[in-house]
Parts: sequence; C-alpha cells; structure tokens
Amino acid sequence: MNTLLYTDVEQELRASVRQALDRPAGGDASRALFAGIGCAGLAVPEEFGGAGASWREAAVVAEEVGRAAAPVPWLGSVLGTAALLSAGAGDLLPAVASGGLLAVLVLPLSTPPGAPVPATVRADGQALTGTVTPVADARDAGLLIVPTPDGLYAVDAAHAEQTPVTALDQTRPLSTVTFSSAPATRLGDAAAAGEAWRAALRVGAAVLAGEQLGVADWCLSSTVDYVKARYQFARPVGSFQAVKHRLAQLWVEVTQARAVARYAAGCVADRDPDAPVAASLAQAHCGPVAVRAAEECVQLHGGIGFTWEHRAHWYLKRAKAAAIALGTATQHRAVLGELVSLPPR
Amino acid sequence: MQTDELTGRVREFLAAHDPAATDRLDFLRARFDAGLAWVSFPVGLGGLGLPRAAQPVVDAAFAAAGAPDNDPRRIGIGLGMAAPTILRHGTDEQRRRWLRPLWTGEEVWCQLFSEPGAGSDLAALGTRAVPGAGPDGLDGWIVNGQKVWTSMAHQARWAILLARTDPDLPKHQGITYFVCDLTHPGVEVRPLRQLTGEAEFNEVFLTDVWIPDGYRLGGTGDGWRVAQTTLMNERVAIGGGAVPREAGMIGALARTWRERPELRSPAAHDALMKLWVAAEAGRLAATRLREQLAAGQPGAEGSAVKYAFARLNQEVSGFELELLGADGLTYEDWTMRRPSHVDWENRSPGYRYLRARGNSIEGGTSEILCNIIAERVLGLPPEPRADKDIAWKDLPR
Repeated sequence: MNTLLYTDVEQELRASVRQALDRPAGGDASRALFAGIGCAGLAVPEEFGGAGASWREAAVVAEEVGRAAAPVPWLGSVLGTAALLSAGAGDLLPAVASGGLLAVLVLPLSTPPGAPVPATVRADGQALTGTVTPVADARDAGLLIVPTPDGLYAVDAAHAEQTPVTALDQTRPLSTVTFSSAPATRLGDAAAAGEAWRAALRVGAAVLAGEQLGVADWCLSSTVDYVKARYQFARPVGSFQAVKHRLAQLWVEVTQARAVARYAAGCVADRDPDAPVAASLAQAHCGPVAVRAAEECVQLHGGIGFTWEHRAHWYLKRAKAAAIALGTATQHRAVLGELVSLPPR
Repeated sequence: MQTDELTGRVREFLAAHDPAATDRLDFLRARFDAGLAWVSFPVGLGGLGLPRAAQPVVDAAFAAAGAPDNDPRRIGIGLGMAAPTILRHGTDEQRRRWLRPLWTGEEVWCQLFSEPGAGSDLAALGTRAVPGAGPDGLDGWIVNGQKVWTSMAHQARWAILLARTDPDLPKHQGITYFVCDLTHPGVEVRPLRQLTGEAEFNEVFLTDVWIPDGYRLGGTGDGWRVAQTTLMNERVAIGGGAVPREAGMIGALARTWRERPELRSPAAHDALMKLWVAAEAGRLAATRLREQLAAGQPGAEGSAVKYAFARLNQEVSGFELELLGADGLTYEDWTMRRPSHVDWENRSPGYRYLRARGNSIEGGTSEILCNIIAERVLGLPPEPRADKDIAWKDLPR
C-alpha cells in the first residue's frame, strides 16, 4: 500500500541518519552513513548483499541529508545504484551495498527529464573516450557508471581524469570527468543503457524531492525559531503579522511538498505505473518549494541571514542548485503535460 | 462492535422495514430509533455509542439497499454543527426534543452567529438578549439584533444563536448560546444577494423575539465555550472523502484544454501545468491528512487544506476565464435564484470564478487561517490584544 505517512521503521532510520550526519567533518559522516548504518544497500535486494528495503527508505535518508545540507554523496550514490539495479549488475552490487564501493552515475547534473542518453562519451571496444560535465559526487567515487549510446559501462574511477568545478552549491561537489581511452567493463547494450538511464533519472527525481523537502523543512523550522527569539520594536519579530503569514504560507507549501515527495518515493519503490508522473510532479513542486523556503529563510533572518557565518546560505545554494539538478520545474511541467494528456499544442 | 455485527444489524433492520414499501419519513424515524442514524451518538438518541469511524459502514449498507437518506446536503448545519452542540451541552429534554427531527430532516436548522459588525471577530457580536417574560408569563429572553450569512434560514425551523447577555463583561464572557424558534414573531428573513447574482444566504433581523429559558444551551454567559463545540465540528466537517486526480475545478479546466485545441499556446501551457501541479499537490496533502486522522495523529493540516483549496480554486477559475477569451466575457444568467448548495461542476466558468472569491472569506478567512497556523502550529506569538480586558460596551467600534 502506498501510504503517505512514515512507518515506525522509517522514523528509526531517520533518527540513526540524523545522528550519523551530526558530525563536524563530512568524510566521517559519509562513512557512518554508507557503511556504518548501512544506507548504501537500502534499495539493494538481499540476494546482492543489500538491506532489501526500498527507495522509500532512501528518500527518508535524503530528507535528513537535505535537513543537514550534508556534503555526502547520497544523490550520486542513488543514481549509480539505480542504474546498476536496472542493468542487473549482480557482480558489482554486493560491494556497492556494503558501503565499501561508491558507484556514481556519470551524467550532467542538469540533465532534464526525457533527455536521451548523451553522446559525449563514445565506446571503442572496451575503452571509453569523452567528457561529461558537471558531474555530482564523482570526486569520492570508486566506480563510475557511464551510459553511452552504444551501451552501459563501468569504469574504475582511477582511470578517469577529474577536474573540480567551482560549484554554486558548496555542499555538493561537481567535477568535469574526462575519459581518454579509459578501460571499461560493458554492463549492457544500448537498450539496457537507455533503460538504466531512464530508471536512474526517475528514481533520482523522486529521491531528490526528499532532499528538497528536508532543505525546506530545516529552513522553515530554523526561521520559526529565529523569529521567536529575535526582538525589534520591543516585540519578537515573529509576532508581526507580515512575518507570521509568510511563515504560515510556507508551512502550507512544505506540508504539500511532504505529501508529494512521499507519493513519488512510494511510486518508484513499488514500480507503480504512475511513477513517471509522480517523479516529475515531485520535481515540479518540491524544487520550487525548497527554493522559496531558503529564500524566505535568508530574508526573515535579516542581516545575519546574508552573512557567510550563518548556515542559511548553504541551504539557499543547495536549494537553488537542486532545483536545476535533474531538470527544472518548467522542464518537468512540460514532461507532465505529455504524460497526463495535456499537450502543449 | 465488529463490522460484521453492525452490518448484521442493518440487514435485520432492512428485513423489518422494506425501503421500497415504507414511507420515507417513517423509514428514517425507525432508523433513528434503531440507533442506526449516527452510530457515534448514545443509545436512545439515534446511535449505538460507537466510534465515528463506524459510520461509513452503516451508510454504505443503507445506500446499497436503496434506502432513502436524510438529504444531508440540505441539513448539513443541523447535522454538522447544531447536533454535536446539543448532544454535548443540552439537557436530556432538549436532546429528546430536537435531535430526532433534526436527523430525519423534518426540521431544518440554521446558524445565527455572524453579524455585520462581527465577522472574523465573532466574539464581538452585539445581538442583545435581556431577561423577559413570554406571552404566557414564562421565563425567557427578549432578543434584538441582526445576523448575516445565514444559509438555509428561509427553510429552517430552528437556529442556533449567539447573543450578548452581559455587555459589561469583556467580549468573550458575556455571550449566551440559545436555540431560536424561527416561527416566533419578530423573526424576519431576507435573501442576501451575492456577487454571483443569486442568494445562497440570508440576513436575519430579530426584533423583540422571545426565547424561552428552556431553549438556552449551557449556562448564561457560557456561550463562547459552548460555541467552540460548534466551530470545532465545522472544521472537522470540511475533511470529506478521498478524491481522484483532476477532481474539482482543475478537471473542468483540463477538459476545456483537451476539447479546445484552438485555445492552446506555449505560455498558457506552462500556466496550465503550474495549476495542475498545485491541484495535485493539494489533493495529495489532503489525502495525507486523512491518513493521519485515520491513524489517530491529530493534524492542524485542516487549516492548510482549506487555505490551499481557496487559493487554488481562485487561480484555476481565473485562468480558465482568460483561456476562454471571448467566451470568458459571457455569463450564464443574472436572474436572482436561491440555490441550496454550491455546484462547481454544472455551472459556467464565469460563475466558478465569481463564487471562488468567497472561498477565502467563508468558514474562516485566509488571513485568519494564517493566524491559526502561525500561532497554533508554528507556535509564533499571538497578536497584541487591545480588547482583552475591556467591557464589551466600551470597545472601539
């Protein structure tokens, strides 16, 4: 049953993830998340060494990653794992599920929904040549999953050249990945590559919505806390209706985003026929909500919210970049129109 | 009581009272007397003392047998607001007198709360009730004042009424809750024509209307507390059942888009899809709220659902008119009519646009809902109150 509520197990998972991410250094948090509490294998079936849970639980992890604006490669891992699962790469999955091997999908992070497999990397026998940019989370990857028009390939990260990109979102590392006759393992033919590509984009959109929900939720709750404590004109600024109503409206939007994100996670977890609609709906709705929440967070914090010292800017940058990642709301609305028989012309 | 046992009781009842062969009113009275009316009410008052969740099973079993219903849309105020208040605050005599004909629909109820000078600030109401003897020398109250936005007053026999009994106390303290017999002399009901051209509502003028003291619900001066039962039940009633995708106004807009390709343009398409996404987000949020309530997790999300619904209806209906172009310049009919309910589906786009303006005003304005969310959900400080410790008669107005 596709419930929109959280199960008790999911709430326990949330608590563990929150604890794991509550560390000063990002590297430690990654290890704790992937291997320590076993998030890496959440959506991987038990026969491949995974936890046999689903993308629903992966989305709960994403919520916490978003809430912490944690610089952990969760989105990259979700995209890579979704592609490997689609391709049935049984020999690679156990290492990935254990948290020992981070497999990341090599795609431009701004790839819109419905885009074809890019032709920027070509296969020549068992060697790949080409460049993809900007790729998220590849910096820490051990294995790069590369979709090409000829087929799906896996490349040892050591055989690719990476140039860091100065990213708008400082919490999600981007790089340019270049292959120069890099030795590669073929995981599937062109059809399998296309299938893995579409599956990864769909799962990625749904899980990213969880992250956006987490970002929005943190922005709302931290702003509410702030306006209760901040006094001007001898009153908490949160007692002014102009401020209260903005936050009430934001709460309504976050409440809706939670329902939409949960629906999308449930649909991709259950391979529901409505999953393509649910995933694009989630990006069309949750992306803009997270951006608005972060912008309101900066505004309602006043001067302190504009400083480098305050965390608000991490969330603003994360939200804005996430709204472009895997397609903008406008691009997802266009796709939705086709999916629900509301054609543009 | 298990579901099986409950449906068994309905079966037994139907065996003894064939819906096809029984007079409608006799059938409904018998259903009430069997405790199968509102099963969450006590035994003897139309119920079996069961949880509210048991009601849909009973209603479905009666509907499946083709039994007559009590036309709940016509008596919504009685069922949703008057009845829970009478049950909670009424005397045994009051419950016995009023609940049965209320449920069967023999007696329609309306609500005399809002006044021209007391809208969002309901507690500021100024309709006065002073002690006075009736025609037979019976103890009671003489009521004078004006009420507004009263749906069904032109068909109702009874009204729940808030009136001020002590103007020297602060506004929340001097109010008393009454039941008013609308057949009494001095009650004048006038249609209140609204901007759609028709009149769903009324104005009610009360001039020296006598109310026996036995029609008081709760103590003198206790009316505000009693009214909380009424108002809480109004918000619960908004919940409703699960709705499918593209239900409501977005469905009408989507139909227009599909049937009239000549209206399409790229800019209009993105605007359409923004509204489609907003409608779907609102629908899923309402679905999640129902799941929360069913799981016993109380949610203040009801205010959020109502707020979002009003905004969406207004945006969708406004866009639909513009999309229609020349057709958007027309209106169905300005003839004054008296509809008993709002019909979004079968009315014109112009009507939908105009009627939707009321959605953010009726049943709590969007501004008041934002205050409720901010204060009760987010815990933000309340508005500074200038009227809290001042006698009602001394309030600025």
